[in-house]
Amino acid sequence: MNGLKKALGIFWIILGPASIIFMFMQAIEKVGLAPEGVAKTNTALQWGIILFIFIPISAGLVVFGYYALKGEYDKLPED
Amino acid sequence: MNVEPQKNSIFKVIGASSLGTLIEWYDFYIFGSLATIIGSQLFPADAGASALINTLAIFAAGFIVRPFGALVFGRLGDLIGRKYTFLLTLVLMGGSTFLIGLIPSYSSIGYAAPILVLILRLIQGLALGGEYGGAATYVAEHAPANKRGFFTSWIQTTATGGLFLSLGIIVLTKNILGAEDFAAWGWRVPFLLSILLVGVSIYIRMKMHESPMFTKLKTEGNVSKNPLKESFSNKANFKMVLLALFGATMGQGVIWYTGQFYAQSFIENTCKVDFNDSRYILLWGIAFATPFFVIFGSWSDKVGRKWIMLTGMLLGIIFYRPIYQIFLDDTDVSQVTQSDIKEVSNPVVTRTLIENTSDSLITTTSQVTLLNGASFTKIQAHTKYADLSKPASIAPDAFKDKKLSTPVFWKFVFLIFFQILLVTMVYGPIAAFLVELFPTKIRYTSMSLPYHVGNGVFGGLVPFIATLIASFSGSTPLSGLWYPIGIAALSFVIGAIYLSNKKPDHGEADH
Repeated sequence: MNGLKKALGIFWIILGPASIIFMFMQAIEKVGLAPEGVAKTNTALQWGIILFIFIPISAGLVVFGYYALKGEYDKLPED
Repeated sequence: MNVEPQKNSIFKVIGASSLGTLIEWYDFYIFGSLATIIGSQLFPADAGASALINTLAIFAAGFIVRPFGALVFGRLGDLIGRKYTFLLTLVLMGGSTFLIGLIPSYSSIGYAAPILVLILRLIQGLALGGEYGGAATYVAEHAPANKRGFFTSWIQTTATGGLFLSLGIIVLTKNILGAEDFAAWGWRVPFLLSILLVGVSIYIRMKMHESPMFTKLKTEGNVSKNPLKESFSNKANFKMVLLALFGATMGQGVIWYTGQFYAQSFIENTCKVDFNDSRYILLWGIAFATPFFVIFGSWSDKVGRKWIMLTGMLLGIIFYRPIYQIFLDDTDVSQVTQSDIKEVSNPVVTRTLIENTSDSLITTTSQVTLLNGASFTKIQAHTKYADLSKPASIAPDAFKDKKLSTPVFWKFVFLIFFQILLVTMVYGPIAAFLVELFPTKIRYTSMSLPYHVGNGVFGGLVPFIATLIASFSGSTPLSGLWYPIGIAALSFVIGAIYLSNKKPDHGEADH
């Protein structure tokens, strides 16, 4: 199980930035598609808030993956 | 320290904590439930400006301010104590809710009205971010280690209970006052009523004592000097914060929001079920499922928290799409045949000119009642062009205000009940699970952040992201479900592989 925990660490490290790139692409596409004027500002505001909150979460996933890779979760305090 | 308080006193602790938390959730949800009326009364008629302020009120309050409130009040709770911190959050939440009910309309004070709504909504989000962690920690620190799941599960009933109370009071007020008075001024009643509920709750909470574990820490001079630093700079603790978020609260958040908010929204907006029916279905589902918060919380004291929570996620992953397919199939009236129809009302025909053209839109609306008791409104529309050489274009028939037959209504209640049952599995044990992950001195801070990021951000984004996915080309009405299914699957995998299934030890020492 510890080997699997470590191996999956690499996946979590990749998943973090991949999800942010995907969200950036979605944001650019959806803001671009929105009609000019307030609707465009509104869509940009929504996506701005989402990216603002998801960038640290994705960074957290990378740190989680790094800890997993380093074996930090091999033994938890309550084990 | 093993805490074995008198049974009487622990139920007072649970009662005082749960009542306040229930009222906070009630306060938070009435805004969402009355958003349309608030929009028409307090926001400018200009749809663009209104949408901008709405976006800030909904997105900022839910996704930024809630986790921020978790940090601010979590830190305060670890520094000065649980009791005074969650008293403060209650005052802030109750005060801002009451004040929303007093804001003059946009026609009276102009842009000051939506700006005041926005400020008060942000205070609500901040207060909610601080309340839950305080209440859960306070109850858990009064409870014996082998009954933490049972005692904290009462706190877990409050989020769903608050939703139930908000829907119930809104439906009741609307029925008593009538739709016209409710839209004019009656919508303020649920907001104003909050001050009474909050007053009672503050009175009860004032009489409670500080948590015994925090009091012990304080007496020994072991209170954390910088809870934020100790929670997030200390690798041993931070890795548990990340594990709690990705392995538990993230999945819990999407299961919670899908089973209640998304389900109701799907039935009302996608299946076009009547406004009242869609709410009654949810109310019945909540009423039947709520006791299971306590059942699963209590069971987790015996078998551990992990697999109960993860089973709830797994069942959601497996059953969401079949359940929502049933919702769609059972409300599809496009294939109704003449032999199914009992009665069709006289059609009402309206003709409107299409803006900036001489073309006309002709709409025919009729009320159809079926032999099985179901009914719906059928709308047929076609465009008649001013240029008579062009043939009229006919839009596909549309249906709305569907009232379900009795068997289908109860089938939907069962399907909503089942989804809320999954909510009780993931949510019932989670307070005890979070409390046990972190040491007393930084518990309030450490558990509040993953909870509010998981619940507020991942869960709160279910409607937005589900709608976004549904806008992709080639998507179907069920495509939006891939978001909660994907997040729950990710959380399930992380939880199954990385979490331990800790079973409480009767003689366990608290840290």
